[in-house]
This record gives sequence, C-alpha cells and structure tokens, in this order.
Amino acid sequence: MLALQILIDGFAISALYGLGAIGFTLIFGVSGVLNLSHGGIMVIAAIAAWAIAGDLHAGTYIGSAAGVLIGLIAALVTYGLVVRPIQRSRAIPRDETEIFVLTGTLLWGIMIQEAVAYFFTDNPVTVVPLISGVATIGGVRVPYNEIMIAAICWSVIGLLWLLVNRTRAGRALLAASINPRGLTLLGFELSSIYLLVWTIYGVLAGLAGVLLATFLGAGSANIGQLTASAFSIVVLGGLGSVSGSLLAAYVVGYLETLTAYLVAPTLRTIPSLLLLVIVVYLRPQGLLGRR
Amino acid sequence: MAAVRRWRPWALVVLLVLLAVLPWGVSAYIVGVLTVAYYFAVYAMSWDLLFGFAGEVNFGPTFLIGLGAYAASLLDIHRWPVPLCVLVGAAAAVVGGAALAVPALRLRGPYFGLVTLVAVLVLQQVIVIFAGITGGEIGLSVPDVLAVDANPNYWYALAFMVASGGILVTLSRSPVGLILQASGQDATETAALGFNVAKHKVAAFCVSAFFSGLSGAMVVFYEGTVSVGSVIDLALGVQVIIAAVLGGRRTIYGAALGAIFLILANELLRPLGQLNTFVVAAVALIVILFFPNGFMGILGRAGERS
Repeated sequence: MLALQILIDGFAISALYGLGAIGFTLIFGVSGVLNLSHGGIMVIAAIAAWAIAGDLHAGTYIGSAAGVLIGLIAALVTYGLVVRPIQRSRAIPRDETEIFVLTGTLLWGIMIQEAVAYFFTDNPVTVVPLISGVATIGGVRVPYNEIMIAAICWSVIGLLWLLVNRTRAGRALLAASINPRGLTLLGFELSSIYLLVWTIYGVLAGLAGVLLATFLGAGSANIGQLTASAFSIVVLGGLGSVSGSLLAAYVVGYLETLTAYLVAPTLRTIPSLLLLVIVVYLRPQGLLGRR
Repeated sequence: MAAVRRWRPWALVVLLVLLAVLPWGVSAYIVGVLTVAYYFAVYAMSWDLLFGFAGEVNFGPTFLIGLGAYAASLLDIHRWPVPLCVLVGAAAAVVGGAALAVPALRLRGPYFGLVTLVAVLVLQQVIVIFAGITGGEIGLSVPDVLAVDANPNYWYALAFMVASGGILVTLSRSPVGLILQASGQDATETAALGFNVAKHKVAAFCVSAFFSGLSGAMVVFYEGTVSVGSVIDLALGVQVIIAAVLGGRRTIYGAALGAIFLILANELLRPLGQLNTFVVAAVALIVILFFPNGFMGILGRAGERS
C-alpha cells in the first residue's frame, strides 16, 4: 500500500521536477547560461494562470494556457533584457561572462520575486486542476490531476525529444551544444538558435509552473527553492545533459518522497542534498555529464 | 585601480578621520546602520579576494560567516571570554573553509560554485536539525555584547573594517596577490611558471574564510543574537556577491563601497516598503549591465577624464 503510494506520488513529483529542469539544462547546454531567475519565471506563469482563471473569470483552461504563454514571454524578456546584453557587452571580458550572467539573472529573479510579492502577496496560489476527481489504483487514491501531470510532462518530454532529434532546427540546436563555432561555419545564425532554445525553455518553464500550481501551489516565497532544486537536479544529472536531468529528477523526486513518507516531511530535502555533495565530489560531471 | 593609486593617501586619511568622528554629528540610527554596513563590508571584501583575485566564485560566503558566528555564540553560551570566542569562531570558519576548499578546488567553474552553495544549504539544515543545541530556526541569544552604547560599537566596527581592509588590500597587491590573479586568469600557465596554484587558492580561501568568520563572530556580539536568517541565509550570501560586483570586482575597496551603498540604499528606500528590495536589485542590475566594472570603474573613468 505505502510502497505503491510512494511509487505513484514520487512518479508525478519527479515528472514535474524533470520538466522544470530540462529547460534549464537545455539553455546551459546550448548557450552556457545558468539562468538563476528560473524559479521566478515558473512562478510568474503560475500566478498569471491563477489570476486569469480566477480574477478575470476566464476559466481554468484559458487561464492555464495564458499562464504558459506568459511564462514564455517572461523567459524571452529575461533573455532579451538581461542575458543577451551581458553576452554582447564589450566591457565584460569573455571569461567573466558566466559570473555576470549568474549575478544578472539572480538580480532579475529577485526583482521578479519582489514584484510578485508586491502585487500578489507572497501567499502561494493554487490553480484549479484541469480535471478533477480521484481514481483508485490498487487501493491507493490518486487524484486524476496527478495522473494528468505525469502524462503531460512525459508527452512534452517526448515531443521535445522528437524536436531535437528529428527536425532540422532541433539538430542545429544539438550541434550548437557540441560545437557552436562549427555550426556558425556551416552558415547557421547562432542568435536564432539561442532564441529557439529560450522559446523552448519558456514553454517548458511556464508549463512546469502552471502544473506545479495545480499540484503543490506556487508563490513568490518558493522562487529561491525552485531555482535551487532545478539547479541541483541539473548538476546531479550532469550540466547540459537532458537525459541526465531526467534521471536526476527521478532520483531526487523519489528520495524526497521516500524521506517524507518514511522519515519525516521536514527532512525531505536532506538526503538529496547529501547525494548531491557526494556526486559532485566523486563525479563532478554529474551522473550522465559529458565532461 | 589606477584611479585609486592616484588618490593621494591623505584623502583616505581624511575620509577615515571623518568616518571616525561621524557618530558625534549624526543620529544614533545612522550610526547603527553604518555599524552593520561595516561588518557587511568585510564579508564583501573577503569574497572579492576569492573571486576577484583567485577567480573562484564562492556562492557560499554565508557558510563561512555562519560557521564563525555559530561557533562564537555556542562558546559564549558556555561563558568563554568574548575575544576568545571571536578568535575560535574565525578559526572554525578557516577549518570549515579548508575542509570545503581542498576537495572542491579540484572542480572548475560552476561546479566549485555549486559545492559552496550546497554547503550553505547543508549547514542550514544541520542547524535546524540540531535545534536543541543551536536554537534551530529561532536562533540563539548570547549573554555578552561588545558594548552597550552605539558609538563604541560603531568604532569597533570601523576599526575592524579598516584593519581587515588594510590587510586584504596589502595581500592583494603583494606577490601572493599577483600569483593569485595569474592563477585566476590562466591556471595552466601559472602552474607552468612553477607556482603551486592549488596551494595559493586554498590559502586565499582560508584568508577569505578567516575574515568572513571573524566578521560573522563580531556581528553576533554586536547584535546579541544569532540566527539562520541573520548569518546563513542564502539571501545574505547573494547580497554579499551583489555588493562586491556592484562596487567593482578585483579592487577590495570597491567591495566595501558596494556593501556600504547596498546597506544604506536599503535603509534610504525603506519608505518604499515592500518595493525597496526591488529597486535595489534593479539599480544593481543596471550598474552591472552598463558599468560592469562597478562603482570603482565609474570612479576610475571620471578620474581619467578630469
């Protein structure tokens, strides 16, 4: 019973973690950017979905779709306003771009957090799930929403896989993560590839934010935690490795669920943190990292 | 840097004298704010030694600060004398910092940063788990303080900042500082020139840990309390990094300037209420986007023009 419960709950949470982290790892793999405003973008999408569905009486379907769209816009604004100016700045030495992007996106994330807290308070919001009701699987009660989240996450991940491996734009994206200079020599415009990857990222982060809000709730107080968990999942799996991130999302998701059910909910993050420390010391490239 | 060297030394002396007599001219409120700012400046300067010179991004300055602060307060509760508590606090930060740095410096770039980030999260959890000893999320209050009045506290903080700053600036301009800078920029070549890069970086980390821990321990005896929120929270670490980058990295002075600016700006913008952090973050972002060399860069450019 308990084992099945852990198995099911862990699966849904992990799928959500995976969706949140894939976009994050994708941008790093393609353009070397660690976006520390990640949690902010997820929460913007969640809050937008909640506000449009509730305050504007648009209903939960339109609200959720609009939330994802606004998450995408937020990601593109982050790229255009913060990341790109830093990358193109002549005053910043090449080898220091990384720390500037980190600091810049961090500041941007703080701005998002404060703005959300100002306009919508820092209480977490819960978006009404797209489908309600509870199923019973082997004696365990599972909300349909939880099943739907896992299904949506995995379909999106599948679509992403098709996009990257089966389309021309996707292959260019893959090539950019391996050898950007070679790609420019072949006549591809790197900036349009960056734009594509940020678009994909925006959709993934927006979707993850909205789904998170239907499941656990999301608010400005979660922003730091969301960024940190995406960051640690991505590092655990190997920076830039999509399959590594998915694997790591499941490891972290199940570790947390196990701890929450079997030990104590307050300690749920500790085992995964310790695992992260051990992996980083013994295998700094992460579980499936390339370098 | 060039601009700083052109400043005549007496200008610095005048500034320090002005700061020293300031408490007689302004309200106790401002004195209190500046006291906090000076301790904060030491955090930022020690961070800059590591980042600006050794080229290592330490996301966990609060790991070192927190170790110093908690070691000092736990000893003080057992009625150790305050100076000893502060010193042991700094030593605890050095030991913890070395334990973190020796394995972590094998890692490059974001991975080193990540280990330091995780160190903060782990320390935070440890303190919450051992709440019986550490006071958990509520924190501890210590039986001793440096001084009861605001003015002596201010002078302690000012003297401490000037002394630490002096040592850090001297160190950064010494041959050791040059080697650090070289290994930050091209570790392979520096090693090829016969310098032990790892040893220098660990040494830099220990110095940075020493001053962070010392400052953390001093803050405990200024505030009279210690808590996760006041010395370990990631938000504090983020502010330290922002202060150093805002002031101008690789200058040490700049870090202090950025730190004092950040604390003062937070106070001045208090009427804005909740939006105050937003405005501070926005200003910092604009400075980083348009003046990546920070305040010291702006000052330097103004100096060249005149």
